[in-house]
Amino acid sequence: MALDILQEKGVPLDKQVFTWKDLVRRPYSKLDDDAFTRVCVIYMNGIMADALRTKHAFARMNRELREPLALIRRLEQYEQTLINWLNPADQTPLETTLGFEQVAIEVTASVALREPDPYLAQTYRFGLLEDFDHLYRYSALYDRLEGKDPNNITQSYTDIIPGRPTSVEHRHPLDDLRRPYDKRAAHPLTKLHAMSITAAENQTHDYYMTVGPFFSDPVARQLYAEIASIEEQHTSMYESLLDPGESLLEKWLMHEACEVYNFYSCVAFEKNPRIKEIWQRFLDYELGQLHYVKEIFQNVEKRDAAEVLPSTLPEPIGFKEHRDFVRKTLNQEEDMASNGQDYVRMADLPRDHRSYIWRDQLNSDGSPSETVAAGYKWIPGTELAARTPRMGSTFEGKKVH
Amino acid sequence: MKTTTSDMGRNRTGVATSPIDSADITQEAQKHQPSHLGDGSLLLQVRQIYARESEGLGSVPPPVSLKGVAKTAVDVLKGSKPTVFIDKLGERLAFERSGTRLYEGALAKFDVYGSWEGGPTREGLEKIYNDELSHFLMLTEALKSLGADPTAMTPSADVAAVVSQGLPLLIADPRANLRQSLEALLVAELADNAGWEMLIELARDLSHDTLADRFQLALESEVQHLLWVRGWLAAGVSVEARGAPAREERAGTQPRV
Ligand SMILES: [Fe+2]
Ligand SMILES: [Fe+2]
Ligand SMILES: [Fe+2]
Ligand SMILES: [Fe+2]
Ligand SMILES: [Fe+2]
Repeated sequence: MALDILQEKGVPLDKQVFTWKDLVRRPYSKLDDDAFTRVCVIYMNGIMADALRTKHAFARMNRELREPLALIRRLEQYEQTLINWLNPADQTPLETTLGFEQVAIEVTASVALREPDPYLAQTYRFGLLEDFDHLYRYSALYDRLEGKDPNNITQSYTDIIPGRPTSVEHRHPLDDLRRPYDKRAAHPLTKLHAMSITAAENQTHDYYMTVGPFFSDPVARQLYAEIASIEEQHTSMYESLLDPGESLLEKWLMHEACEVYNFYSCVAFEKNPRIKEIWQRFLDYELGQLHYVKEIFQNVEKRDAAEVLPSTLPEPIGFKEHRDFVRKTLNQEEDMASNGQDYVRMADLPRDHRSYIWRDQLNSDGSPSETVAAGYKWIPGTELAARTPRMGSTFEGKKVH
Repeated sequence: MKTTTSDMGRNRTGVATSPIDSADITQEAQKHQPSHLGDGSLLLQVRQIYARESEGLGSVPPPVSLKGVAKTAVDVLKGSKPTVFIDKLGERLAFERSGTRLYEGALAKFDVYGSWEGGPTREGLEKIYNDELSHFLMLTEALKSLGADPTAMTPSADVAAVVSQGLPLLIADPRANLRQSLEALLVAELADNAGWEMLIELARDLSHDTLADRFQLALESEVQHLLWVRGWLAAGVSVEARGAPAREERAGTQPRV
């Protein structure tokens, strides 16, 4: 079902209307819906948060575009609300966190597999192994703090094992910057990928910064502080892939295309008809927004939008498990590090490298991610399922003391 | 570290903290009419609308083994709904498992804060920890024997988790001392007792007598937990109320009961 985004006009802006009741719908079921339904909701909330964030930044730097930006932003505010409010209230912040990391693993894996530019593909694999480790650390926290099984949330799609250890992910800020793609040479998919993953990571960062203080356990508070810091690094890393030479309007146009592409991917995946209908509706809304921006782009830049937009959308994002790919990547690239914009093996970094100094400083009072998962091995039913009671308890129905 | 819980201090939350300002804002609030008519029942009405449209929290998964499938079929033929028992077993399992973590946390606090006259002992807390863990393991076996998946989060388990969200929150809060943490354990044990009682009734109703007998043993230990926890807490409150100095217990030492 190739979608010709230059032909499909979608819903015009004045037909994109909402009510509070419409925005606040029946959420998905934490227990019964597929984990990838949650993944899509968390991911698309991130895409729309970035739609707003980006446009706010534009509006602060451009007088002429303030009005059209305000108009589109308000519609996107409503879209984001409807999506984010699909998260159910019985899903705790820590459970939602497990969902965030599953997004970061599976969506980034899909992107890494299809990315045409090898340097960007390497960057996605690099970041992927770090988010993969976050899932393991948060799983240990969930298990040990509340006695609950993280796999209830991830539903056996994703491995719960260590990745590149979080404690070694802390780098000097200058070692998180990458070489951007070249706006003229890059494949449109490359641009869509970089925008999408930047959006997802930025929202992950913002979420951890919001919910971290809700925890009472000091290690939980430290762990959110630590992983939020990595998500800030990831946001810096992925956004540095975007060509800063793109004009503001070109970025805006591509962002609308990115929103279209991601809703289109959700429509292709979703099996819950109630949720699928939402993705279809917003796909049509975003097509309407894309065409609105396309007109502005062509009027202001005096060039054809087809120069930057892909006519048909690439394959939808694979909302599915990628265990083979992730295991292979972990096996081959766990010990990667970065030296400025280049990837190197960790062993090849001199011990006095700025990133070592940065990391050692942060970890010098102890490492929350190491503490929380010390000796942790996930098994179905939580690690308590493998524990035997100490003396003096009722076991197997018999009193033994 | 703070072992007492109710000292006089600079609490600012009430109106008496700032008599002039509070009188002023109270007067101002009285002068203004609400912007819209009605009362708090409107909020409940909207909740009712959403309730009518809701399809619940989720479901109980189907049986995993052939034995489970066969059992389910027989129960359904007999006119009963076997998933109710599975759902409630899943709830108890989740509660006991989370309870194990609560007592781990309480033990850690005991080592820091020590106890008081009539307060918890390390032995007592460990005994309860062991009981909760063995109850969890026993329920795992029970669910397996019925051909059900003990790793599933059932709707009742989810409900219990929502209801008891504050328990691990308090236990994990280093600012809540051992006595304050006992408030969480008291709520847990009250729910534990009622939960086991109802589970035993349900098991008997459904003629799962062997299981009911095992659950009866679990209930007996839960009765003891509740007595202990309640006693420890009551003693702690009255010790502080009497102004008795908190007994300094060194980490890991055994206080007398
Ligand atoms: Fe992450
Ligand atoms: Fe990340
Ligand atoms: Fe948009
Ligand atoms: Fe219990
Ligand atoms: Fe108990």
